[in-house]
Amino acid sequence: MKDRPVINIFFAGVGGQGIILASDIVAELAFRAGFDVKKNEIHGLSQRGGSVTSQVRYGGKVQTPVIMEGDAHFLVGLEMLEALRWAHMVRPDGRIILNRHRILPAPAVLGEAEYPADAAETLAEYAATLVVPAFETASEMGDVRMANSVLLGALSAFLPDFSADDWTAVLSENLKPGTLRANLEAFDRGRKFASDAADKGKAV
Amino acid sequence: MTEATENMSDKRKGLMFLSGNEAVARGAWEAGVKVATSYPGTPATEILEALGGYPEVDCEWSVNEKVALEVAAGASMAGVRALASMKQVGVNVAADPLFSTAYTGVNGGLVIVTADEPGLHSSQNEQDNRYYAKAAEIPMLEPTDSQECLEFVKIAFDISEQYDIPVFVRLTTRICHSKSVVRPGKRFEPTRKQYVKQARKFSMVPSNAVQRHFDLERRLTRLEALANTFEHNAHEMRSLEVGVVTSGISYRNVREALPDFSVCKIAMTWPFPGQFVRNFASQVKKLYVVEENMPFLEEEIAALGIPVEGKQQLLRVGELSATTLRRRILHVSPGQKGPVEGLPPRPPQFCPGCSHRGIFYMLGKKKFVVSGDIGCYGLASLPPYNAMDSLICMGASITMAHGFNKVSDPNDRAVAVIGDSTFVHSGLTGIANLVYNGGVTAVIVLDNGVTAMTGHQPNPASTWKLGGKPGDMPKPTLDIEAVCRAMGVEDVTVVDAYDMAAVDRAIEGRKSSGRPAVIIVRGPCTMVDRRRRGAYMVSGDCVRCRTCFKLGCPAISVEEDAVAILEFLCTGCGICAQVCPKKAIRKACDSFPDKGKAAAGEDESPADKVK
Ligand SMILES: Cc1ncc(C[n+]2csc(CCOP(=O)(O)OP(=O)(O)O)c2C)c(N)n1
Repeated sequence: MKDRPVINIFFAGVGGQGIILASDIVAELAFRAGFDVKKNEIHGLSQRGGSVTSQVRYGGKVQTPVIMEGDAHFLVGLEMLEALRWAHMVRPDGRIILNRHRILPAPAVLGEAEYPADAAETLAEYAATLVVPAFETASEMGDVRMANSVLLGALSAFLPDFSADDWTAVLSENLKPGTLRANLEAFDRGRKFASDAADKGKAV
Repeated sequence: MTEATENMSDKRKGLMFLSGNEAVARGAWEAGVKVATSYPGTPATEILEALGGYPEVDCEWSVNEKVALEVAAGASMAGVRALASMKQVGVNVAADPLFSTAYTGVNGGLVIVTADEPGLHSSQNEQDNRYYAKAAEIPMLEPTDSQECLEFVKIAFDISEQYDIPVFVRLTTRICHSKSVVRPGKRFEPTRKQYVKQARKFSMVPSNAVQRHFDLERRLTRLEALANTFEHNAHEMRSLEVGVVTSGISYRNVREALPDFSVCKIAMTWPFPGQFVRNFASQVKKLYVVEENMPFLEEEIAALGIPVEGKQQLLRVGELSATTLRRRILHVSPGQKGPVEGLPPRPPQFCPGCSHRGIFYMLGKKKFVVSGDIGCYGLASLPPYNAMDSLICMGASITMAHGFNKVSDPNDRAVAVIGDSTFVHSGLTGIANLVYNGGVTAVIVLDNGVTAMTGHQPNPASTWKLGGKPGDMPKPTLDIEAVCRAMGVEDVTVVDAYDMAAVDRAIEGRKSSGRPAVIIVRGPCTMVDRRRRGAYMVSGDCVRCRTCFKLGCPAISVEEDAVAILEFLCTGCGICAQVCPKKAIRKACDSFPDKGKAAAGEDESPADKVK
């Protein structure tokens, strides 16, 4: 365990999307599995609607909690513009897991700036990008807030360190009992989506 | 600790996964702290919140940092261990007692946690509080992760009692808000020290103070000896080509970015361990210093006459990441392209339903000069609100407006805008000064009944205390209108934050009335009062005049070129409906009561919830 290289996971999204909870879950999973773990987040001034990032590093020994540029094995984008904003964090041989979802920032609403049209293509120039219909899946299931669980499911397919049962255990302890079943289903859908895509060799 | 964290600890042989702030709280608890005080401020806030979970500790949100430190100093004088925590600028407010408690020393251990913010993620400056340690002649410890946060707080209490001095523990944002693995210990239950009257020690009249100053210098000499042998300072010898002197989070970044370099890790920054650094320097060919913000260590090393390279290479502004260190010292760039260029920014906005939205729309529209203050409403300085001219430090709104208005014509006068928590923190003295000195300023108090900006901590204008919940008390302990009247303000008005016509009437004319006025704009923070009043929608009468865009509401967006209200975000506050010139914004569902009724002061009124 001691010499295990460090895995870096960078989450980017918009305030209110639940990014902190998502990264807490991954960090806790790594902690329980016996790794050294550091987790850092920036929740600056009233982050409602602003950019939010969170990062998890785990492995044999972790020094700084902050991932170096171009060194994230995974960039999990909860929103497309925010994934673009942090694209340079991912390693060229890493993976981007992208929620197909746009939240217009104020300058775009006001017509002062344009929302980038081709996010997925641009991201693909940084690293292999898996576009996950997490928002659609969650709205189909009746609650857009479950998009995070879909994305965590997709991420889980690429993290052999943790079994599906490990995930279920941590999710069960961190989510409200009332929403747990639906979230576990959302997680499974995301996991399946990513494994299917991997089987087909689709952009992964 | 929370139940969840305790559960988790079982799963890994007694280990915990804690943030730096939680680990500070744990360390203080293990050290037997009895009294803990703080005023909220990022990134320090969670220290007291975590301490609030330990029943053995008497915790309070004090009304400001000076008060917090004095309360802790009083508890220390009475013979128990006490801790005061605050963000970096909080130490400015507490500076007065700080300097003199160094003279008096302590009875029970006294620890002060300063949480600095290189990178000013949510602060008005990035001041470097290591200079306070030097200026006030107080020892300072700097942990590099959560484990050290826990240990160093315990050591700080011991040093405080052994050397009769308050001790600083300095954190920075990345320490406070990073979680890492911690091995906790048990609580030590110190016996309360006896309080014996000792006016020569605790009463700093000049004749006593000068003696205590001599004594402080003697204590410092002993502390310097301690610093040079402090067991957590370390020489980590690797390649002897270059050695790096560093502390705090920079130590972790150096280890990440420059794993082959020798490192002199400074855990006790003040008194500066000069001999310890000299020994290190003599073993390496070249000496670097890596530190964020000011060249504190570098100056100390240079003062010893040791050649050192530091700030020529690095920057004083912002954080010093491992990426930057690799770039600047190893000349290695990341193996990835640079950031995508030309992306639109995503500035934060007032939440949907925020009680600050209406008043700032109105102030922007009237183009008033607004002497602002610090809180969520600082966002009013930014587009699309553009309704705040200045923001300096807590409480400055009232006093700066008073100064501005001494030399301004009635129509050009500034109005002051201040939140309830800030009003109690340092606005009250401004009001007393305004009235006493015959000022003419109109002061708008934004009373949302909570310290929202830092994560919704209660204050004397709230209906609960630390550990409680909104509505625990029938009304706040502080009656803002009564206090203003008692201080001599005759013109005091209260308006509902969601009633735009009333807000308009309240501010119109008061700016130039020629006497002090207080206008309390009241409405609960929408993140605390989660009641929703039914979403609004945009009808076909919309002419796309974009007036509602000036409200900067995240719920108002565009969908296929039409103005649209995002139902899942809309709280039904109704402000957009009131400003729409075409009355094109309406309740989506008629079963919810209309805003007009609530504004008239029925039970539904959000304002009633607060007071
Ligand atoms: C001296 C000092 N202490 C603490 C802070 C952190 N801080 C910023 S604003 C604020 C108070 C905000 O509360 P309030 O004035 O009620 O406004 P609200 O955020 O609720 O709108 C605090 C505690 C600070 N900036 N300066």
